Amino acid sequence: MSIKVYVPLDSGSVALGADDVAAAIAAKASKAGSDVKIVRNGSFGMYWLEPMVEVETPRGRVAYGPVSTDDIDALFEADFLTGGPHKLYLGRTQDIPFLKSQSRLTFQRCGIVDPVSLDDYRANDGLTGLENALKMTDEEIVKAVTDSGLRGRGGAGFPTGIKWNTVREASADQKYIVCNADEGDSGTFADRMIMEGEPFVLIEGMIIAGLATGATKGYVYTRSEYPTAIDVMNEAIKVARAAGVLGDNVLGSGKAFDIEVRMGAGAYVCGEETSLLNSMEGKRGVVRAKPPLPALEGFLGRPTVVNNVISLCSVPVILEKGAEYYRDYGMGRSRGTIPIQIAGNVKHSGLYEVGFGLTLGEIVEQIGGGTATGRPVKAVQVGGPLGAYFPKELFDTPFDYEEFAKRDGLIGHAGVVVFDDTVDMMKQARFAMEFCAIESCGKCTPCRIGSIRGTEVVDKLERGEQPELQIELLRDLCETMKFGSLCALGGFTPYPVLSALTHFPDDFKPRALDIAAE
Amino acid sequence: MPDNVHNKQEFDNMLEREACMSETTEDQNVRVAAICDQLITLEGPLLPILHEVQEEFGYIPDGALQTIAKKLNLSRAEVHGVASFYHDFREEKAGKHVIKICRAEACQAMGADALGDQIRRHLKVDWSQTTADRKITLEPVFCLGLCACAPAAMIDGKVVGRVSADRILQKVGS
Repeated sequence: MSIKVYVPLDSGSVALGADDVAAAIAAKASKAGSDVKIVRNGSFGMYWLEPMVEVETPRGRVAYGPVSTDDIDALFEADFLTGGPHKLYLGRTQDIPFLKSQSRLTFQRCGIVDPVSLDDYRANDGLTGLENALKMTDEEIVKAVTDSGLRGRGGAGFPTGIKWNTVREASADQKYIVCNADEGDSGTFADRMIMEGEPFVLIEGMIIAGLATGATKGYVYTRSEYPTAIDVMNEAIKVARAAGVLGDNVLGSGKAFDIEVRMGAGAYVCGEETSLLNSMEGKRGVVRAKPPLPALEGFLGRPTVVNNVISLCSVPVILEKGAEYYRDYGMGRSRGTIPIQIAGNVKHSGLYEVGFGLTLGEIVEQIGGGTATGRPVKAVQVGGPLGAYFPKELFDTPFDYEEFAKRDGLIGHAGVVVFDDTVDMMKQARFAMEFCAIESCGKCTPCRIGSIRGTEVVDKLERGEQPELQIELLRDLCETMKFGSLCALGGFTPYPVLSALTHFPDDFKPRALDIAAE
Repeated sequence: MPDNVHNKQEFDNMLEREACMSETTEDQNVRVAAICDQLITLEGPLLPILHEVQEEFGYIPDGALQTIAKKLNLSRAEVHGVASFYHDFREEKAGKHVIKICRAEACQAMGADALGDQIRRHLKVDWSQTTADRKITLEPVFCLGLCACAPAAMIDGKVVGRVSADRILQKVGS
């Protein structure tokens, strides 16, 4: 029987050379006459170990990493196909501390399975949630999701069950499930990872959402920057259709549900649900005023659930193991688990799924292991480009929607970007404004014009032109943007700007004066 | 014969050029129309059509806007409004190689600003420009989802992580 060797197809792993490593292993194995079957799996999310190669042995799957093509000869010499010792040997995958200490509910199969093998998915308890849902009424499914305490993982944190109920109660000839996979926040890659590594869980979650609300058509709107995720999703949808999981007769239930993947075109603002819907309709990705809620008048004016990838991927485990099982994880009003993405200048970069409640310090220092450069941590941006910068003094903040809000921050899509002490916070504040100016859809004046004025004010501050006045102006401008914008782009850009200004005032001293002082 | 044309040879050349141009436009229209016919039944077909047109020609030719507008019963202005809203759609062909460098925060934390500066200096172009020899187009991108292996770039559609200026330039042979 051939030996199974796993080399991830995950974009992060491929960006570090996984394709070449897979090819080199295949070439060497055929030369050596070894019977090897290479499986391209998803990533376990330990990116400092990627490309991480695993071999199936009698004692379980063992890992080696980070592997480069230069290591292949030595790995064969060390007999890695039987799990032989080598300097890159990491032991059994499941025993790697970073992985072992997690509570993987949503990502339970990511990395373990062949992403497009439905047999693999079923063999690891996949589709059990859907099978349970098919025995329930729509009301019961919605109740389970509501009782689980699941809140929107895209960032807004709105209770998923309540959104579903609004769509369920709406009457229309056609309703839709739209999966928001427009993951544009810097520091986040959970959506990409799960679409590439475990696409069937998203398909399963979307079907369950359809059963709960009476929607028969689903769309996954994702980014053109994610070509591999698009390919894997499309392949998985094809497999699911052929197996009768999708189509006119979902698992023989007589109920219909189908999914189509749509690709965005490089507009950050389309991650906002109403501009996403406009984009899907073939319009400019301009934000819509609410009401009407998308739940009542969404895609093509029909009732539409718009949920983040991770929200939908968390549904199957809730239906499989029950609302209570999921709700038992977490703290306060933040129930269940959250896949925290640790990125930027950090030693152990990757995805760490755990119940809510770890402190920011635990995440950055213990799990992340501090900076990659070895220098002290200066600031951590949580929640993407619209999230606040946290100084070390606030590292006791627990990872929780409300606790972060109390400290003028947000957890957003749970991206954590670490910066060392070389970062210039005035530059980061300027970038936040610049990014808003580039990506603004143009509908609201505070966002469209305010962001440009914001960069100008920071430039004046840097040049030392009436610094006190500029700081006052910047704060005033942020106030206007915060309360005068329709969506989170204009409304939340003040978070990184004001947090930088509040927590790192020394960085906002005029540079010209520094030079004069010298 | 127009005033600015001085002999028959020139005139013939001009006619030939025009014929050649209208033939390409004609051919272009046929190809764009075929793409529209293939995708028009989708719910919200405009973005998929624009993506497909760009895939076919490498950019959105000006003439394609009118053809698409006609097929979808929209005005040309509406189609232009959509095409120009999204960063992905080009008004002209890109260079032979396209380098996209992530400029977002996680990559900034690992030196993306300096990386971008180095590349711009070396290629003598700014963001969203193409080198004079049309060999390389440099574009900014805001997040490739490779934040755990920053700084990241995409070269001719292939992702690279923990990348240096030398490696990027080597990959495009510059």
